[in-house]
Amino acid sequence: MTTKLMGSGVQRVEDDRFLRGNGRYVDDIGAGALHAAVLRSPHAHARVTDIDVSDVLDVEGVHLVWTYDDLSGAMAEPLPLLIPHPTLTHGRTQYALAKDEVNHVGEAIAFVVADDRYVAEDALGRIKVTYEFLTPVVGIDAARASEALVHDDVPGNVAARMAQENGDARAAIEAAPHRLELDLTIERSACTPMEGRGTVARWDPDVGRMTIWTSTQTATGVRAAVAAKLGLDLVQVDVITPDVGGGFGVKINHPWPEELLVPLAARALGRPVKFTEDRREHFISSAHERGQVHHIEVGFDDDGRMLGLNVEFWHDNGAYTPYGLIVPIVTSTQLLGPYKPVNYRVAFESLYTNTVMVTPYRGAGRPQGCFAMERTVDAIAAYLKKDRAEVRATNFIQPDEFPYEHGLVFQDGRPLTYDSGDYPASLQKLRELVGWDEFPAFREEMAAQGRRVGIGLACYVEGTGVGPYEGAHVHIETSGKVKVATGLTTQGQGHATVFAQLVADALGVRFEDVEVVTGDTRRMPYAVGTFASRAAVMSGSAIHLAAKRAREKALRIAAEALEASVEDLEIRDGVVSVRGTETSIDLGTVAVLSNPLRYAFDEASKAATQFSVGDPGKPPVADDDEPGLEGKDFYSPERATFASGMHAVIVETDPDTAEVRILKYAVVHDCGNLINPMIVEGQIHGGVAQGVGGALYERMVYDESGQLLNASFMDFLMPYASEVPENIDIDHLETPSPLNPLGIKGAGEAGVIPSAAVFAAAIEDAEGIPITAMPISPSELYALRKANS
Amino acid sequence: MPEPRHEVRLSVNGALHVLSVPARRLLSDALRHDVGLTGTHVGCEHGVCGACTVLVDGRPVRSCLMFAVSAVDTEITTVEGLTNPDGTLGPVQQAFKECHGLQCGFCTPGFLTTITAGLRENPQPTRTEAREMIAGNLCRCTGYQNIVKAVERAAELS
Repeated sequence: MTTKLMGSGVQRVEDDRFLRGNGRYVDDIGAGALHAAVLRSPHAHARVTDIDVSDVLDVEGVHLVWTYDDLSGAMAEPLPLLIPHPTLTHGRTQYALAKDEVNHVGEAIAFVVADDRYVAEDALGRIKVTYEFLTPVVGIDAARASEALVHDDVPGNVAARMAQENGDARAAIEAAPHRLELDLTIERSACTPMEGRGTVARWDPDVGRMTIWTSTQTATGVRAAVAAKLGLDLVQVDVITPDVGGGFGVKINHPWPEELLVPLAARALGRPVKFTEDRREHFISSAHERGQVHHIEVGFDDDGRMLGLNVEFWHDNGAYTPYGLIVPIVTSTQLLGPYKPVNYRVAFESLYTNTVMVTPYRGAGRPQGCFAMERTVDAIAAYLKKDRAEVRATNFIQPDEFPYEHGLVFQDGRPLTYDSGDYPASLQKLRELVGWDEFPAFREEMAAQGRRVGIGLACYVEGTGVGPYEGAHVHIETSGKVKVATGLTTQGQGHATVFAQLVADALGVRFEDVEVVTGDTRRMPYAVGTFASRAAVMSGSAIHLAAKRAREKALRIAAEALEASVEDLEIRDGVVSVRGTETSIDLGTVAVLSNPLRYAFDEASKAATQFSVGDPGKPPVADDDEPGLEGKDFYSPERATFASGMHAVIVETDPDTAEVRILKYAVVHDCGNLINPMIVEGQIHGGVAQGVGGALYERMVYDESGQLLNASFMDFLMPYASEVPENIDIDHLETPSPLNPLGIKGAGEAGVIPSAAVFAAAIEDAEGIPITAMPISPSELYALRKANS
Repeated sequence: MPEPRHEVRLSVNGALHVLSVPARRLLSDALRHDVGLTGTHVGCEHGVCGACTVLVDGRPVRSCLMFAVSAVDTEITTVEGLTNPDGTLGPVQQAFKECHGLQCGFCTPGFLTTITAGLRENPQPTRTEAREMIAGNLCRCTGYQNIVKAVERAAELS
């Protein structure tokens, strides 16, 4: 191999297309398609007693209007409950179109297809729905009080109760020298990718085949769901994930009602149909996350060592639970971070409310868990008047304790076992990076100028690269170009670049000769999806293995052609040569030889025709071989790999306006071996910005009747450049994972996990007021000051 | 009753397009779906995110807040019109590539047009001015760190 690309900040191959305006996002596809629009409930909780659609088809340009009554068979059943769990005793999912009852503002009621979106929306205005109002349940307090029920047949609004315990936490707390209790709250937020959801479908009646382009994080998932719901065989459905304008979790949920209704309408009408979600629809009909309330009891010794930790929390799952209990399970297990409280008990209730449902948002329950744990550690330090970094170090799992078993079950149903890490080293790096030890002097210097500053730090561990598997197919064409397919999808992570780096290294070809396709079921029908920071670990490993297989085969064929032994061969820049000699053969020619031909179609292929090659005494393709120069493999790990990191922030709070200004933001990050540091740092930058939003600006403001009052970018305050730190100082630690061939761990979510915790810590440090609820706005901080003065 | 339509002549990236559109058709939709230039993206349809920003007579305009019929007699530049005459990437595009200024790419066209106009007004922005130049556009992927760098790099390349 000439230059190893793993670890190098190669520029992205995707960019040229995007920069010229030649990206192909779902709404860019299907020119001439009919457009769908959805009538959504304006009420949070109501019975639908009548829907009058009699005028709708009179609107010129309207082709179809459907309500629940127009659906039949599997389409008339509730949408799938994707991830069942034994404790999810009362799982509920919505119908593609509401049947009898609506449970949140935005729930789909009727579906119209028209010449364009303008006409389709005109038609929606003609639909008359009669509602009988029911009492809405909004917020965790109302759900727990259960004076009203979201679903009549779900007592107490409780979808699930789950508890896990390692040791005897309550006894350990009881026996501990010191005890503390904390009550903490995190509010709702959402992924809000710049591109909302969208689906285009084309039914080809001549071949009986459905092609779907959808903005998803799982093409194979949508394919299976569409086949099942529309009564098609899997082989009749192709799902192609085009360029996706951000996901951050929300697009892993599937199938959305429109992902089923659009192909159904395309088949019914015999014309391509498109649905493009608008921004308000994204706020009220996709998914949210984060809303939880925690009660924590901790017992600890004089050094601040946690002896017992008992966490009870309440998780607002919104109106439905299609994604099961993943978010609260992740909270309950990843709360532990880099620490070992030994005796740990966690119990949660997942509660229904008449609000948009909850599915994972970048971090997927970890930010809440990290907030709970880090607030607890800070509280211990404050109680003992000890340095916060020291108390953390006291509780760390040590480098020689890996693999570390927590005695709990993780979100993938497997034991929560950390594979590797070096938390003391990370903490040391962070202390230096942020200037932890110099901060007291800085604080005094600022105080002398009448300025108020605070510092906070927060640590996390993130299970990444969960199973069950991903696969890859590597095909070397006769031109020498390498075509790679993996089934999971891409929404900005630069997969086409990093996977090409891995193939170039493993195969010995030029980076620019490798082309990677993701999320296209025609190219790789077996796949899971992009979530839980798993793409690099899962597909990266599969691609590495598949490329190795292709290399093995190339060497075998080349050895025969060059009359050399495999051990003497090397592949560089797409040329196989006998080491130390001039004897060589192009990989493209090897590809020609790999496929015994009867017919020549160009000069190169002549070399593989029947009168040119092969031993006439043997079959052209050996019994244990197959034609073509390809490699295919799957990677299925025993368990997840655990990335980790620590953030620190220095903030200044305005004594008058209570505004929070970020003076310094530092990140130490360990995702094992890096494939492309430029891309990893980009992921961290984006995560930190989302974290700043979640800590200081973003919240879903529901009123008591279940109306989302800030369902626009005007009122839901996502950070602009003016709100994010001017610089993010990043340092990497590379603790390889022993679980995969590349030693890598996931990086996608890390940047956002400790944000609420780290800002709460820094603001508390600046103000001397306990911060127990996030996000925190200037007016809330101002009110806290008043209350504490 | 069929919706009345208007003949609209739009000059986009130097080419004339004659469209027949209803009065309510947004410029963003006309560019994307009638002219077929899908590089201009729609992120919010209420003028806040800036993804749909195009240049109208050289000035940045949110094309989701303008009707196609209002754009007659103007010269419109979309992201597709930012490349150099020889087809290579223009300076802002090149700077984004070098600085990893994009991830999913959805908001990128609006940044590119905004910065193109911004650098015409202020060819040598300071770091603070570079941040301010892009402070009206939303990006959910990059945290803006590398976009600010790309503004500075584009200034060098211009």
